[in-house]
Formats: sequence, structure tokens, C-alpha cells
Amino acid sequence: MEAMTPFVAIGGGLLIGSAAGLLLLLTGRVAGVSGMIASATRMGSGGTPWSQATAFIVGLPIGAALIALLVRTPEVIVTSSVPLLIVAGLLVGFGTRLGNGCTSGHGVCGMARLSPRSLAATATFMASAAATVFILRHVIGG
Amino acid sequence: MRNLFPGLIVGIIFGAGLALSDMVNPARVQAFLDVAGDWDPTLMFVMGAALVPSALAYLIRRRMTRPLLGDLFAIPESRTLDRRLLVGAAMFGVGWGLVGFCPGPAVAGLVLGAWQPWLFVVAMLAGMALHHVFTATHATAPSYKG
Repeated sequence: MEAMTPFVAIGGGLLIGSAAGLLLLLTGRVAGVSGMIASATRMGSGGTPWSQATAFIVGLPIGAALIALLVRTPEVIVTSSVPLLIVAGLLVGFGTRLGNGCTSGHGVCGMARLSPRSLAATATFMASAAATVFILRHVIGG
Repeated sequence: MRNLFPGLIVGIIFGAGLALSDMVNPARVQAFLDVAGDWDPTLMFVMGAALVPSALAYLIRRRMTRPLLGDLFAIPESRTLDRRLLVGAAMFGVGWGLVGFCPGPAVAGLVLGAWQPWLFVVAMLAGMALHHVFTATHATAPSYKG
């Protein structure tokens, strides 16, 4: 994996946060990706208009492609097996809907406004993710 | 157009941020989560930096009666912690840790040449559909205003 400078990471983070802030001020909506996916596939409960959610979701890979064209192509290093990818996808899909958000909705938007639900959710998924990686790499894989 | 244009622009900026910061790379994300291994702080810088403009927007929002292009702010008001929130977040975290994908980076990474994001996104949509069916058949479930 290539080395990464904090400046590039901060630059990327500022773009993500600016996007979330812009959506709030323009349309009054929370930029939570899992909620947007649910709205775009008509499985949502949040009420983001279908066209807005779909446009947002389509924009994500366009933005990534622009970086690949203009800056550098990011590596996508995946070591997980097919069954693991499927199990993880099911958990992420079900879990983000049950818990009303993911890294963007709870992590970036919810924590920014100090929502107690988002703070609790972020602490919970960070802890369970770290515990999962620990078991995967140092207990089973160790 | 009032919905389409801001959605697209914001999605593009968001996706560019995910790609620039290497969050589309599951190995990078797992390296952050691997606190007992060769820890990589990148995600901490990304999330810390993202919180600055996001928090600023929420502060500006307090002085606004309505969004620039919309009629009302639709921000979750609930402050109560319930089991659904915590169980859902815990499930999400397990899936996130297992492979290093969360929803945004997986979707943004669809066009970067790897096939794994496609499989993950399909499984994620299936997980969302399962939840959709599950809540539809449990009519007594509390409403989702969180």
C-alpha cells in the first residue's frame, strides 16, 4: 500500500465535509450515504426526494473517477473472499438501515451537530469494527 | 432540476473526497481499524477534517429559516438512544471491519477497476431489502425518525 500524507487525507476530508455542509445549506438534507441509497432504491424512510438521492449516488463514482483522471488512481486492495464480501455486505446493508446511518450520516453529519444518537452510533460501530479486525487478524489469523 | 443538480454536485464532491483521501481502499480502512497492528491514522485525519466544514454548515444553518433551494431543514431531531440504533450500528461495524467497505466508498469505488465493490454493493442492497421487508412485516415497529 502506498504511503499517505496527512495533508492529502485532510484535503479529502475537507471535500467530504464541504459536500455534506453544502447539501445541508442547499437542500436541508443530511448527506448520509446509506439513507441516500435507501431513498434512491425506494426503500427509504427519510424522505429525501428520489431524484436528489439518485443524483447524489450517481455523483459518488463520478467524483472518484475525476480524481483517478486528474490526480491519481486510488488503489482498491481487497483481500476478503467472496463469502466474506457477501456476509459483510448483508451486515452493512441491514445494520445501516436498522441503525439509521453509517460513517457519513452518523460519523460526519451527526457528530458535527453533536447528536447524542450519532455519537453513540459512531462509538458503537468504531468499536465493533475494531473488535472484528482484531479477531480477524490477531485471533483467527494470528 | 431543483433536486437533481445539488444532489449530483454534492455527490461528485463527496466521491472525489473519498477517492482523494484513499477511503475507497479497504486495506487503508482496515489498517485504521487494526489498532493492535501496524496502525494507519489516515481515517482519523479524514474524519477530523470532514467534521470542520460540516460543523460550520450546522452553525450557519442556525441563522437560516430555510435551506437555499428547499422549503425546510429535514434534520433528525430524536435524541433518545434505543436498542435498534445500537444493534444496527454494531452490525454495521462488524460488516465494515470484515472487509473494510462502508456504503459511500463502496459505491464510489465501483469505477476504479476492482470487481469486489460490485459484489459488496449487491449484497448491501440485499441487506437493505431484507431490513425493508423485515420492518414491513413488523407493523408494531416504532417509526424511523432518528
